[in-house]
Amino acid sequence: MSTTEATYVIPEKRQLTTKPRFSDKVFRAVVTGGGLSSLVILGLIFGFLLYQGFDIFKTQGLEFLTTSRWDITLDESGDIISSEFGLAGMLIGTILCSFVAVLIAVPISVATALYLSFYAPEWLKKPMVTIIDLMASFPSLLFGIWAYFILMPSATYWAKLLNKYLGFLPFFKNELRVFDSSPFIASLILAVMIIPIVTSISREVFAQAPLDRIQAAYALGATRLAMIRAVVIPHGRNGVIGGAMLGLGRAMGETVAVYTVLNIVFAINWQILFGVGGNVASLILLKFGEASDYEIKGLMAAGLVLFVLTLLVNYASDLLVRSFGGKGK
Amino acid sequence: MTTNAQYQDIKPQRPWQPSNKDKAESLGIFLFSIACAFAIVQFSGLNGKLGLFTGFIFVFILITSGRSYLKFGSALAKDSMINILVAVGMFITLIPIASIIFTVFSKGYQGIYPGLFYRDMSLNSPNDPANVGGLGHAIIGTLILVSIALVISVPIGILTALYLTEIKGNFSRPIRFLVQAMSGVPSIVAGLFILSAILYPITKNNSALLGSLSLAILMIPTVARTAEEVLNLIPNDLREAGVALGGTQWRTVAMIVVPAAKSGLLTAVILGIARIAGETAPILLLAGGGDRFNFNPLSGPMGSLPYFIWASFRSGSPESIARAWTGLLVLLVIVFVLFAIARFFGNRKVGK
Repeated sequence: MSTTEATYVIPEKRQLTTKPRFSDKVFRAVVTGGGLSSLVILGLIFGFLLYQGFDIFKTQGLEFLTTSRWDITLDESGDIISSEFGLAGMLIGTILCSFVAVLIAVPISVATALYLSFYAPEWLKKPMVTIIDLMASFPSLLFGIWAYFILMPSATYWAKLLNKYLGFLPFFKNELRVFDSSPFIASLILAVMIIPIVTSISREVFAQAPLDRIQAAYALGATRLAMIRAVVIPHGRNGVIGGAMLGLGRAMGETVAVYTVLNIVFAINWQILFGVGGNVASLILLKFGEASDYEIKGLMAAGLVLFVLTLLVNYASDLLVRSFGGKGK
Repeated sequence: MTTNAQYQDIKPQRPWQPSNKDKAESLGIFLFSIACAFAIVQFSGLNGKLGLFTGFIFVFILITSGRSYLKFGSALAKDSMINILVAVGMFITLIPIASIIFTVFSKGYQGIYPGLFYRDMSLNSPNDPANVGGLGHAIIGTLILVSIALVISVPIGILTALYLTEIKGNFSRPIRFLVQAMSGVPSIVAGLFILSAILYPITKNNSALLGSLSLAILMIPTVARTAEEVLNLIPNDLREAGVALGGTQWRTVAMIVVPAAKSGLLTAVILGIARIAGETAPILLLAGGGDRFNFNPLSGPMGSLPYFIWASFRSGSPESIARAWTGLLVLLVIVFVLFAIARFFGNRKVGK
């Protein structure tokens, strides 16, 4: 038996470091770069549209937003004799159509979301949610052509009914009795298109209502309606408004679906049943094909206005959706 | 033991669930309301489907809440009234989608024939009858447009999502907002941007590549947001385990986090494709549209399904409109398939 002498080697103290390695530095740089891409792209969109449309803003000034005409006269060699671009009718048309669309869509969406969250039987929930999500991924061209052939005849009939019984209100007046291709029909198709978005955001908001309070309300003997009024609505109000704003932003930027149903005329028209309307996005599509170089600049300027408008609406929506998270928890 | 046997045939009671008698009563009220609605349409000024619908809802709400009021009092009467109203909301939501799917299938199926998928329109005008020509060129064009957009937007979208979930830097909040804002950029503005930045100053010609660039702008936010949701579902334990084993963050993300989220990331990509497959406005501005096969994305106009549908729709003759419906049917089926695949992968458990 040999005695092995235990030799203790005391390991050197390891150097602990929090310095990231080279590979991590590269990784973080690449990912941060990718993350900033959205900022870069949005900045580029703004920059290029401003650069191309700047001439228009310079020559027209504020009249670009306050007047309503679109005239360009060229002489025989293609030089510009006069040009007047004004977007007021289009802007008002865009805002009018999308607001009416939101007014139609929000009650229906909130009802749908409430039904799916609190009233529907279990077996019905999943298929219905799937169908609504599917509807959100339909292309706008599909909505547009469907609206032109299927929705328009019914909607014209509804418009006539509205005009018959509520025609004394200034909004529903229609002196020339032209009901086709009106902003009302554009609003209807926009409403159909944003219902899935607003519904799914409302459902998410309702699902985050605190469960303990819901159960407390039921335990106190509340009906579902009383529970919704006491717990869900106070908790989710801002979120639903934010979802509605998001839908508003979508409705403002929608191009093809509106273009197929709306009769675009350069005039300010507040009568939603009258078949004359305006829409910035559709204007761009309408004028693009035959536009001269200078007119294209006008379209770029119009695109910039639309872009800024949707950014503002999205920002407001973001603030509202965020502010609901802190409440009621 | 005996006590157990004694209680065996007592079933648990669920007093909150409707009994058979309740169900029969509800059904009776439902049928009675339909009858009343018909009567209203027959004998009053209301007419048409709209009159039938409103009449039915009015009578149904009146009777149901009246019954609730007599049986249980006013609180439940209000509750049952709201119950019907929200169900009506759900029904109204379903009407357009049912109508869209039904219309597209019933109007589009007549134009389907085998040649549709490999012929192009170079020898035919849109006004020819439905059994000549096809949309093969459009399908190829859409495939090319979508795949180039995919190559550009998927890395950027997933990197953005990784920044939001793995690095969580100082810019997380503004970037989350910017991604949200980007998803609200109107498609026509994305098209105009590429037009002003590349087509006018540099190339001066339509090409599929430019169309793909604008589609990529529209696709990035969809991919980024879905991917962020998926990556957020990956449990932090996995990341900690990776780092504790001595992996760098790069290795942890590449070897553990991303493979764990694989099926979810695939869902993100497919939802992105579904978002852009039917996008029309930027394609009209940038890719133009041809009536023949074009496999070169760098030059020349390229046909695509949305352009095919758009051009046929604008031609306006009965034949061309039938062709547009057939194109819509093909597009709708593609969206269906993409959606089903996304659902299939999305329903798998994350983090396996």
